[in-house]
Amino acid sequence: MTVELTTRDQAMLDGDLGAAAQMAMRILVTMAGVYGAPRLLDIESAHIDGCLYHGFSGLEFARKLLAGGAKVVVPTTLNVGAVDLLHPEHFRGDAETGRHAQELMQAYVQMGCQPIFTCAPYQSTQRPSFGSQIAWAESNAIVFANSVLGARTNRYGDFIDICAAITGRAPAVGLHLAENRRGQLLYRLEDIPRHLLHEDVLYPVLGYLIGERSGSKIPVIEGLPPTTTEDQLKALGAAAASSGAVALFHAIGVTPEATTWTDAFHHQEPEQIIPVTLADLRVTLTKLGTAPDGKIDVVALGSPHYSLDEFEQLMPLLERYPPHPDVEFVVSTQRSVFAELARLGWRKLLKSAGVKLVVDTCVVVTPIVNIQEGVLMTNSGKYAHYSPGNIGLQVIFGSLEECVRSGALGYVWRDKGLWESGDLGLETGSASDSQSSQ
Amino acid sequence: MATVQAHVLVDGQASGSALVLPEALSLWGGLDPETGEIIDRRHPNSGEIVTGKALVLPIGRGSSSASSILLEAVRLGTAPAAIILAETDAILALGAAVAREMYDSAPPVVVVEADVYQQFYNGQSIAIGENGVISF
Repeated sequence: MTVELTTRDQAMLDGDLGAAAQMAMRILVTMAGVYGAPRLLDIESAHIDGCLYHGFSGLEFARKLLAGGAKVVVPTTLNVGAVDLLHPEHFRGDAETGRHAQELMQAYVQMGCQPIFTCAPYQSTQRPSFGSQIAWAESNAIVFANSVLGARTNRYGDFIDICAAITGRAPAVGLHLAENRRGQLLYRLEDIPRHLLHEDVLYPVLGYLIGERSGSKIPVIEGLPPTTTEDQLKALGAAAASSGAVALFHAIGVTPEATTWTDAFHHQEPEQIIPVTLADLRVTLTKLGTAPDGKIDVVALGSPHYSLDEFEQLMPLLERYPPHPDVEFVVSTQRSVFAELARLGWRKLLKSAGVKLVVDTCVVVTPIVNIQEGVLMTNSGKYAHYSPGNIGLQVIFGSLEECVRSGALGYVWRDKGLWESGDLGLETGSASDSQSSQ
Repeated sequence: MATVQAHVLVDGQASGSALVLPEALSLWGGLDPETGEIIDRRHPNSGEIVTGKALVLPIGRGSSSASSILLEAVRLGTAPAAIILAETDAILALGAAVAREMYDSAPPVVVVEADVYQQFYNGQSIAIGENGVISF
C-alpha cells in the first residue's frame, strides 16, 4: 500500500529538513506500510523509551540522529535510562556499559527531550488531554494515557518513538482512530469482597489476570468502584501490560471512554463475557510470586515510579515498621517527586530509616540492587513479573503493608484476612465509599 | 522449485537455509545477539543458531525491545539472513528497517499465506528475490 504524504512529509523524505528528519521519515513511512496505514497524522507529544541502553547499536542510532541535526518538534519526555544520573554510584554494571548508557541518555536530551527519565510521565509535567493524538512508548505509560486520560497512542517502542518526535507524525492506524477503541472483552467482577475493592493490592492482581487473558483485545471491567484511584488504575494497567499486550482498557463508570456500558462497547455487544471471582484472583496471586514465603533480601517499590500519594501511604508504615538492617529497601520514583520529598522533609526520614531512593531508572532494567541472587518482595505487578528474568531474583508479591512489615522482620508477614471472602457483594458506589475518594 | 509472492514488510534480497520455529519467539530475552543463539530456555528451538538462516516463525512475541535486539544482531553479524512470518510483526519489521538505515544491510522481512507457510521445513534452501518473490 502506498502511504499518502503531505507536502511537509515529502519535504522531510527528500531531505529538505535535514538528514535526521529524512531518516526518521523514511522509517515512519516503512512502518506505516507495515501497519497498513493510509497516511500519517500529527501528534501533540511523545514519550521516548529509546534512552534505555540495550546495546551499542542503540547508541550508534542516537549518535547518527544527532549528527543529522535531530531536534524534536513536539513536547517530548524521556522514559527511564539505565543509570540514575543523580546517583550514578548506584549503578552495579561494568564501567564501559555505564558510560555508554549515560551517553545515550544525554544524546536524547540534546535532541530536545525533557530529562524527566520516568515511566510515569503522566504524573509529571506531561499530561495529555482527552482525545489528543500522542506517540508514547513504555507499556505502562501507553496503557495509562489511553485508558485513564483518554489520549490516543499505539504501542510505540525503541526507534519509532523518536522518529515520531522528530517529525511530529505517526501512522494513522490502530488506537489513534476512535473506531478501534471499542471494548471487546467484558470482565465482570462477581464475588469480590467489598473490603478488597478498596485495597490497592487488588489492582495489580486484577490487571495481571486481565493481561494474561486478553491477547491483543481491548478489555472492559465491570464492577470497580467509582472511587478507584489513579494510582490503582496505574497499577492495574502496568500489570496488564506486563503479563499481556494490553494498550487500552475501559472500566465502566471509572475511565473516561466508559461512562456507561454502551460507551465502552460502542453500542455493540462484548465478544466474550469473562467472570472474575475471588478464586480466580487467588490463582493469579500465586502466579505473581516465584518463591515460598520465608526470608527476604530486598523490598522494592515503585514500578511504575512511586507518586507522592503513594509516599504518603508509605511514610507512616515505615515509621512503625522500619526496615531490618539486612534488608535492602529500595523505592524508585521520578525527579519531581524526589524534589518534593526533600521539601516535605521526608527524604531525610527515608534516609535515616535506611531506604534507598532511586530516580531516573528502576530495579528491573539495570543492575542497581546490591545482590545478584536472593528474594525480592514487592507490591508491583510489573516488578514481580520482570524480576526473575531480568535480574535473577526470586519474587514474593504482597500488599504495601505486607511488604513494609516483612521488610522490618526480614521474613514474610501476611495480612491474613486480605484475600478472604468477608463482606460479599459488589460495589455500587454508595455514599459510604466517599471517604476513599481522591 | 516453487515460486510464491510474499507480502513485503521490509524489502531486500537474501537466501539461506530454513530454520522453522514452531512457536513464536521474543527476541528480547530470547536471542543472544553476541552469538545468534536462541536462549529462551522454554522455547523448543532453544540452543539453535539463527545466524545466516532463513528464519521462519509464526510471529514475534512480547517486548518492543525486540527491535533493539535484532538491530544489535545485525551490527554483530549474527542476524538471520531473512525473516519469514505467518503474521505481520511490526516490532521485527522495525528492527530490520532501522538496521537498513544504520548498517546498509538488513534481513528482508516478509509475510506469507498460511498454505505457503506450511510448506517450509528445516534445512530447505529459500531465496527471497526482488519485490518479495520467494523461491524454495
